[in-house]
Amino acid sequence: MLFRYLYILLILLPIKAFALIEVDITRGNLNPLPVAVSPLAIDKNSKKNFKKILKKEDLGMEISTIVENNLRQSGLFNPLNKEAFLQEPDIANLKPRFEDWNLIKAQALVTGKVTFEEEKLRVEFRLWDVLSGKEMMALAFTTVPSNWRRVGHIITDKVYERLTGEKGYFDTRIIYISEEGPKTNRIKKLAIMDQDGFNNKFLTLGNELVLTPRFSPTNQMVTYLSYFKNLPRVYLLDIETGMQEVVGDFPGMTFAPRFSPDGKKIIMSFAKDGNSDIYTMDLENRIVERISNHPSIDTSPSYSPDGKYITFNSDRSGYQQIYVMSSNGKNVKRISFGNGLYGTPVWSPRGDLIAFTKLHKGKFYIGVMRTDGTGERLLTENFYQEAPSWSPNGRVLIFYRETKTNAKGEGFSAKLWSIDLTGYNEKMVETETDASDPSWSSLLSN
Amino acid sequence: MNRNIFISFGFHTLLIIITAMSLPFLAKKPIDLPPIVSVELIQITDKTKIPFAPKAKKIIEKVKEKEKKLVSEQAPPKKIKKQKPDAIPLPDEKIEKIKKIKDEKQNPKKIETEIKQISEFEKKELFDTNSIAALIDKSKTESAETKKKLDRVTQDQDKEMDFGGLTLSEEDALKAQIFGCWSIPLGLPFNEDLLVRIKLQLKPDGSIIRTEIIDHARMNRPGQAFYKVLAESALRAIKLCQPLRVPSTGYERWKDMQLNFDAREMLEG
Repeated sequence: MLFRYLYILLILLPIKAFALIEVDITRGNLNPLPVAVSPLAIDKNSKKNFKKILKKEDLGMEISTIVENNLRQSGLFNPLNKEAFLQEPDIANLKPRFEDWNLIKAQALVTGKVTFEEEKLRVEFRLWDVLSGKEMMALAFTTVPSNWRRVGHIITDKVYERLTGEKGYFDTRIIYISEEGPKTNRIKKLAIMDQDGFNNKFLTLGNELVLTPRFSPTNQMVTYLSYFKNLPRVYLLDIETGMQEVVGDFPGMTFAPRFSPDGKKIIMSFAKDGNSDIYTMDLENRIVERISNHPSIDTSPSYSPDGKYITFNSDRSGYQQIYVMSSNGKNVKRISFGNGLYGTPVWSPRGDLIAFTKLHKGKFYIGVMRTDGTGERLLTENFYQEAPSWSPNGRVLIFYRETKTNAKGEGFSAKLWSIDLTGYNEKMVETETDASDPSWSSLLSN
Repeated sequence: MNRNIFISFGFHTLLIIITAMSLPFLAKKPIDLPPIVSVELIQITDKTKIPFAPKAKKIIEKVKEKEKKLVSEQAPPKKIKKQKPDAIPLPDEKIEKIKKIKDEKQNPKKIETEIKQISEFEKKELFDTNSIAALIDKSKTESAETKKKLDRVTQDQDKEMDFGGLTLSEEDALKAQIFGCWSIPLGLPFNEDLLVRIKLQLKPDGSIIRTEIIDHARMNRPGQAFYKVLAESALRAIKLCQPLRVPSTGYERWKDMQLNFDAREMLEG
């Protein structure tokens, strides 16, 4: 009994203690992170061999430049000028003098080494936290020398992932429609390039009209639409082998074939009996299934990453708006309610957002909204732009933009542009010719 | 039975006394405090160092009184004839008038000369070494007394401050400093529970002795890459910012501090 009282007393006895001061930091700067990408060290013998094979003077410098350009392009990093670096690449790779890197305000440092081993290219790299003086990551790759650009992209992906927490999107490719000639008589070819615009290749000759190429989310397959003898035909193309096959001929207006997340189906819209609805086709047994059934025009379907839902646009409310339905066509729900017309909805690979094109008061916008239609954000505005496609990490959108022609019909051009979710980092993607209808591949190296 | 009642009564009384003692705000009436205005206190005594001389003060006052008397004994000033409105003053006269007005205005330089005059007056009239020694002794004791008083006041203030957090201005200064150093990783999702709490141990000059991420285990858990990235960015910000802008007093109060990094507001836009 007495102990109980004493216990209570002990609890209630006033204890003089300092309350821990807590400060909430809810704001910071959105400036890109200063990163130093040191040229990768290379020995004389390796330098000589790579010069002979790849015609590159300093492969270490070339790879580091790829990493630097990629990081800058992302808008999240600020690669520092190499001229300000105090430490030699070979020593920096072994043991960086963090004081030197701190002096130029670098917060992260990339170092590495390139060697020629048994006719192969071996690249090792390290990522350092300059402020804490710790190694954050160390990796090595061995590949054929001709893959040196990809090595640069893979290094960038690893650095990006380690510093941002999300997967990178640099070791990827973009398939698009290359356009040449006057506006009234355009020659359109299917083309593919690395995400930074290098290694451009044309996949078709331009004899037939090609439209809306879309990458498979699981592998390097592409589906696209082509008009053969004025009839729409859906094709499948294997990028690695170059093999092409016809999926099927479809009646009337057929639009935008797109893969399901598992890559087993193709979803598209086509007009049957004068009514445009959404259909899927199983790629194994070629069975076509009708998904939506409404007298209105339903087009541009896109699966959610889990394959449970489909977003599409329809004019069933009187105006073109965005809708979401279950993958079996049930539970149709309108999600866009803003002013203007909405089209080309594309579900983000992250699953959290839907990108779209909006037409309002004669201007085109590329925007995003949550999957329930809330939180609409317009990222960019222009005279004419459409067809957004997500980067594999769901952070950047690529789309195409056309310029106005003058009174004589001259000055028309179509170019690819990219913009990130902040809406600030808008950049033109360099292409050899005019370009439209881009589609971003998944990561080549998973 | 009775014994238990007595014990219970005794302990209850003790409890009430302890509660009353430990919770003084119950006994005291709430003080109607004016709004806090942050004031920077500067020790100007080091700059001026005017010795406190009560005897000299008395003499000065006496002299002032004498002067007053002298002024009152003087004849009243002559009345200046009013100028006719049609009498236009010459340019030279105008300048003289302006000069007079200027002289009438308070001029800091003039004040300085007045102070000097007093000290000279002291020198002339009070040049007695014994009295000066006495004055110095007295001033010493009096200054010591005032110093004691001042010390008591600051200690009391510190005691009160020990239990409080940072003032708004102190917190704002610290926040503003860290805002500048913290590069928020823009790739983080805004809809996830990403709050990084870091405990700091600080030196009196604001430099860091130790940092500790409270939920450190979460950093190495699978699927917590975003948390790890945010925690690392917060640590970078702290290191980049040090020495932190901490208050110049009350070290005991803030030597341990916790910073809660939350980027959701910024990422949500």
